Amino acid sequence: MPDLEKFREEAREWLEANCPESIRKPVSGEDDIVWGGRNWVFKSDDQKIWLDRMAERGWTVPEWPKEYGGGGLSKEEAKVLKQEMARIKAPPPVNSFGIWMLGPALLKFGSEEQKREHLPPICRGEIRWAQGYSEPGAGSDLAALQTRADDKGDHYIVNGQKVWTSYADECDKIFCLVRTDPSAPKHEGISFLLIDMDQPGVTTKPIRLISGKSPFCETFFDDATAPKENLVGELNKGWTIAKYLLTHERAMIGGMDSSQVLGRSPGEIAADTVGRNSEGELADSFLRSDIARSDVDGWAFMLTMERYRDKSKAGEGVGAASSGLKYYGTELNKRRYELSMSASGFNALKIGDGIDSEEGEMARRWLRTKANSIEGGTSEVQLNIISKRILELPDA
Amino acid sequence: MALVLNEDQEMLRDAARGFLRRRSPVSELRRVRDEQVEGGFSRDIWREMAEQGFAGVLVSEEYGGSGFGHVAAGLIANEMGRTLAPSPFLSSAVLGAAALGRAGTDGQKGEYLPGIAGGELITAMAVDEGDKHKPEHVTLKAEKSGNGFKLTGAKTFVADGGAADLLIVSARTAGADEDQQGVTLFLVPADATGVTINTTPTVDNRNYADITLDGVEVDGDAVLGEVDNGFVLLESVLNAGRSVLAAEMEGLAKESFDMTVDYLKTRKQFGKIIGTFQGLQHRAAHLWTELELVESAVLKALQTLDENFDGAGAIAALAKAKAGSVARLATQEAIQMHGGIGMTDEHDIGFYMKRARAADELFGDADFHAGRIAMLRGY
Repeated sequence: MPDLEKFREEAREWLEANCPESIRKPVSGEDDIVWGGRNWVFKSDDQKIWLDRMAERGWTVPEWPKEYGGGGLSKEEAKVLKQEMARIKAPPPVNSFGIWMLGPALLKFGSEEQKREHLPPICRGEIRWAQGYSEPGAGSDLAALQTRADDKGDHYIVNGQKVWTSYADECDKIFCLVRTDPSAPKHEGISFLLIDMDQPGVTTKPIRLISGKSPFCETFFDDATAPKENLVGELNKGWTIAKYLLTHERAMIGGMDSSQVLGRSPGEIAADTVGRNSEGELADSFLRSDIARSDVDGWAFMLTMERYRDKSKAGEGVGAASSGLKYYGTELNKRRYELSMSASGFNALKIGDGIDSEEGEMARRWLRTKANSIEGGTSEVQLNIISKRILELPDA
Repeated sequence: MALVLNEDQEMLRDAARGFLRRRSPVSELRRVRDEQVEGGFSRDIWREMAEQGFAGVLVSEEYGGSGFGHVAAGLIANEMGRTLAPSPFLSSAVLGAAALGRAGTDGQKGEYLPGIAGGELITAMAVDEGDKHKPEHVTLKAEKSGNGFKLTGAKTFVADGGAADLLIVSARTAGADEDQQGVTLFLVPADATGVTINTTPTVDNRNYADITLDGVEVDGDAVLGEVDNGFVLLESVLNAGRSVLAAEMEGLAKESFDMTVDYLKTRKQFGKIIGTFQGLQHRAAHLWTELELVESAVLKALQTLDENFDGAGAIAALAKAKAGSVARLATQEAIQMHGGIGMTDEHDIGFYMKRARAADELFGDADFHAGRIAMLRGY
């Protein structure tokens, strides 16, 4: 433990000296989030300084090995670093699907050459990655994907379409699930391929959602090429990587903090709109009980995340239980936004570019939560996984 | 504290499970009901439970217990929930031991705790006066009389009231009917002159009683804790009871769930195992997630009691609210998924739903505790 405290002191000192004052504030909007990549325009010089200094230190990805640009920190040290960053309200220097998704996949399944080529630019925020999984005909049934990569000797030719590719219009490269053996059973003919987006055969088109502007795109491959060395893992074994990443993603989505809505809970919002009775209770008793039940579930859910973390630390795998977190967390988040909307009343209905109010933002967020239980595997798919893998109920 | 069991706790749970499955399976509850066993449980089995250390789990070693604490008590209750073991564990080993251990004088502790730990002395908490739990509603009067007090009034739905040797009674010594201030706890022997105990048959086949006190004379030594300031103590003790009861509901809900999932894997209709139907799979999977939440809330409440006994109000409310609502849901779903056989008295599953209903009601149902959380959060 004294080592950990020593690390804390060093980290604190270094952060104090290196984190620019201007960015020490809570992330409040898109302008505070740095994604990096070739097309990236920093919103301030300090954002760039912060990224460069953290990258230099390996702390953009503190737990990755040093030889690939990470910080080589232990889990405990990384936690301390996170705490120290939170203490001075230092934002993450860079966010990316490279850090969250591709990196973990390459570290587990990639070749030495692939790690050396692709991981350092992710750490430095130089290359921005998109994720290419879903297709128009392959949503919940992801393994039905049809985008093909045909073997042309030293390279693949890729044709097909991906959808829900976040920020694809701003990304440099994309990691994709592609079909490399159309004659094999659907799970056994899929490979994991890295594709450069800066080529004529790749085009993107943004998708507008019910909540308005979104980072999602459609991405089209029209005789796009990818060199053979961009195949990750074994040929036709991409489904293993996909499952690994989906479990990872589920834990992330389900684990998003839903306890606060725009900094105010539904109970607090409702106190302003419906008022209180002489006992101090919300005057609308139906709304009050709905909110209270959702608070009960929300608190018990947070404790469940805590318990799973403690289980993992104690060396017990959580496994398919991450499907439970994903299912419950996203359904809960939808419930809470429904309650926040009800608590806010008419005010929450205001939306549109002209209204720069908390309420306008709330409606957009409320609409956006409806996707939580669809993306990363629908609630129904999670329930299927629990039935099969945890309860061991038989297949139809 | 990490939200997981340590090795000692796991061993205790396994030992309790083994004992209860052997000595008090659901058939024992059925026997108690069918033979109308007096007091609602077998004294012999309770003595054996005491030998296993169940009765002294919250009593310190000084007074003959093990002092293992609330997580341990919860694990025992959880296993009792799984087999629906009828016993005065909650009333005596949890509420009685907690109240006396917390606020008893040396004399009171010495007089009662060894008996509680040994299983020879059974206590019951006489709190409620109406059909819905409301601990601050106390009209049973305690008036000064000589060196002591004279108690007059009535209590209802006193768990294990018909088997108790010693009643812990909340009484009004000052203030208005609903005031928290002015409540005092008294230790009243069940055989004191003026005490009338009428047991009430209930749907869960446990022992509840309506108790009237008609000018019952007790001396000053009968006061537990401070005169007029008993409500805070009462609430702390009830929070221990609520958390352990939540653990019991966790156990019974999980057992009824396990029985149901087993049934889904064997029952055939339309030529198929019914567990292959997605309509049932999704309901079962949803229940599984709810039970995971219950486990987390209950364990946190029990750990909090061990760390900071008087600071467990909110988390005990959470545990009781979540366990109560999920236990009711799980047992109702259990019957529906069992179909017609689940409605028969011959099948055990019905006993689970009956106990869930009563345990949810006792010491505040899920709505009561959700309301408390709302109040604590300022709405």
